[in-house]
Amino acid sequence: MASEALGWLGVPLAIAAGTMRGGTPFLFVSLGECLTEKSGKINLGLEGTLLTGAMSAYAVSYLTRDSLGPMLAPFAGVLVAGLAGMVLGFIHGWLCQQPRVNDVAVGIAMIIFGSGVAFFFGKPFIQPSAPLLPTIDLLAWTDLPEQFQSAVKISPLFVLGVAIAPLMTWFFRSTRWGLFIRAVGDSPDAALAMGVSIFKVRMLSIVAGSFLAGIGGASLSLYYPGVWTELVSSGQGLMAVALVIFARWQPMQCLWASLLFGGAQALGPALQSVGITQGYYLFNAAPYVLTLVIMVITCSPTRTMTGVPGALGSDR
Amino acid sequence: MRDTPWLRKSEPLVISAGAIAVALALFGLFCAIAGANPFGVYGSIYTAAFGSSSRIQGTLILASPLMLSALCTALPARLGLVIIGNEGALVVGGVGAVAMGLSLGTSLPPLLVQTLMAIAGMVAGGVWIGIVGALRHYRAVNETISSLLMNYIAIALLNHLVGGPMRDPSSLNKPSTFPLAAANMLGNLPGTRIHYGLIFGLVACGVAYVLIQRTTFGFAARTAGGNVRAARIAGLPVGRLAVTICFLAGACAGLAGMVEVAAVHGVANESLNAGYGYGGILVAFVARHNPLAAALIAVLVGGIVGSGGILQRTHSLPDATVLIFQGIMFLTILYSDSLYGKLAFFREQPVDIPPDPTPAAVETTV
Repeated sequence: MASEALGWLGVPLAIAAGTMRGGTPFLFVSLGECLTEKSGKINLGLEGTLLTGAMSAYAVSYLTRDSLGPMLAPFAGVLVAGLAGMVLGFIHGWLCQQPRVNDVAVGIAMIIFGSGVAFFFGKPFIQPSAPLLPTIDLLAWTDLPEQFQSAVKISPLFVLGVAIAPLMTWFFRSTRWGLFIRAVGDSPDAALAMGVSIFKVRMLSIVAGSFLAGIGGASLSLYYPGVWTELVSSGQGLMAVALVIFARWQPMQCLWASLLFGGAQALGPALQSVGITQGYYLFNAAPYVLTLVIMVITCSPTRTMTGVPGALGSDR
Repeated sequence: MRDTPWLRKSEPLVISAGAIAVALALFGLFCAIAGANPFGVYGSIYTAAFGSSSRIQGTLILASPLMLSALCTALPARLGLVIIGNEGALVVGGVGAVAMGLSLGTSLPPLLVQTLMAIAGMVAGGVWIGIVGALRHYRAVNETISSLLMNYIAIALLNHLVGGPMRDPSSLNKPSTFPLAAANMLGNLPGTRIHYGLIFGLVACGVAYVLIQRTTFGFAARTAGGNVRAARIAGLPVGRLAVTICFLAGACAGLAGMVEVAAVHGVANESLNAGYGYGGILVAFVARHNPLAAALIAVLVGGIVGSGGILQRTHSLPDATVLIFQGIMFLTILYSDSLYGKLAFFREQPVDIPPDPTPAAVETTV
């Protein structure tokens, strides 16, 4: 551990590094969920998508390590993870738009189905080690201690996610398609009057959102923690749903919220490494408690939350 | 006009059975693609679940926590709340029961200790989901999300307690609490290896059915579930109803946790978090939130869950195969909901009177 040698100074450093590593999957899943919810449907099944993405990325990276080489194989894995996510997103998008079918229930079913798919096909890939995504070493040219070096290794996926957030903000605000999505999510009747197909817009939003969630899964298995196990996601896909509420359905806020959640996740291990072992598991629960507290503070029975898409949670 | 009440009543049965048949077919297709003989797999699942008296007993043991945990989703669903905090309520129920059992020790007669353990588990689980209901009513916090978060908080709490304050130092590999006294463990039904948890589950499902379908309280809850505004105007205490139903729902899941520790594990540890929560959600939705149907479906799902081992041994399919089967079944059941009223066979025959011209006139003016 980096922080062992650095003592107390290592705690903020470990949290900063952990924020980046732990925040990346949150960033992708929450942006995917944000896109989905903007169109007026919830996708709780992103937990299953995350697991399937993590598994398929790892499997593809392992299987193509010889044919594509260890540099390209992980990127093929990332792409396949996104495509696998799209397949699950298609099932969700089609099913949750049938009459009298509840999107939350479909999401729970997709968690079971998606994790089933991931564990079924992922079993042979738990043992072997696949080539991981390369990282950008910002301080490689300096002669700073190893601990600093490892703390500032940046994954291309993190950079990509950080770039997508403002792009999505611009997309919602200034493009025709962004307007369609917002119209369908806020007022399906108005969208219908505009001649927009609600079904198609929601389907595309859910499929695209699941693509991002699949990439989030790839960042789990190919970046950090960089292994494929059945416990690799531990509910991060579900937390993304809470995170989007926390972020008020704004992509840039999703970015800050993801970093906050990633940092909160790194708090427990960082404190443990300097000898504070009491309450390790309670620190692990910090993001969940934080989300709940924020929801309790910001929700109110007398007014709807600002920023919530109008059709969200209704049958339309 | 054709007077066929049986036809209307048979519609849900036919649609549900059809959905399960389609799920079986899709799952069979999946198994065939994965290189296993689908009929062999069906046979194995059946044998594993109901093949012998001992297997049936094993299935029923798995079914009892599923029944109780399913009520945690089914009861609030009648009020229009989607609660998925079953796992968390089950975990805190188990922890509460163990805490009660350990603190009483053998100072009281076993029956009294068991009763107090059950009450402790039910209160712990009830308060856990009751909080979710109260947050929903008083702060308008989405109950699905908050109950989900409460799951993770409960599991973290369990890990914290069994890893620290309540840990038995002799449990090395798998941190656990101190074991319950053998006298305080729930016994088995005479002549079987099925523990009394099954009775708890069946009684709870029966009571829940009567409560929802046959009492004024249940009627009020169903009214509020149908139309909150109308219920408010009728003077129903919507908030109190929500919190009470959530408390009862959580109490059922908490009782499942008590059964798990007092009849199966004897200690509280991470085995409490064994997926009965999500299994219970599946049971509740497949049973369409009907408590009596939930008891039946729980036996079915219990059988499927228990067949993971045999699929691995005889067909070399990973044990996640059962998860895929559950997922497919859940998805087809949800899809089947959209078929109500679409099948011509079940449609009420139109009353044979000459068409009235006014509707057409209204249509043209609009």
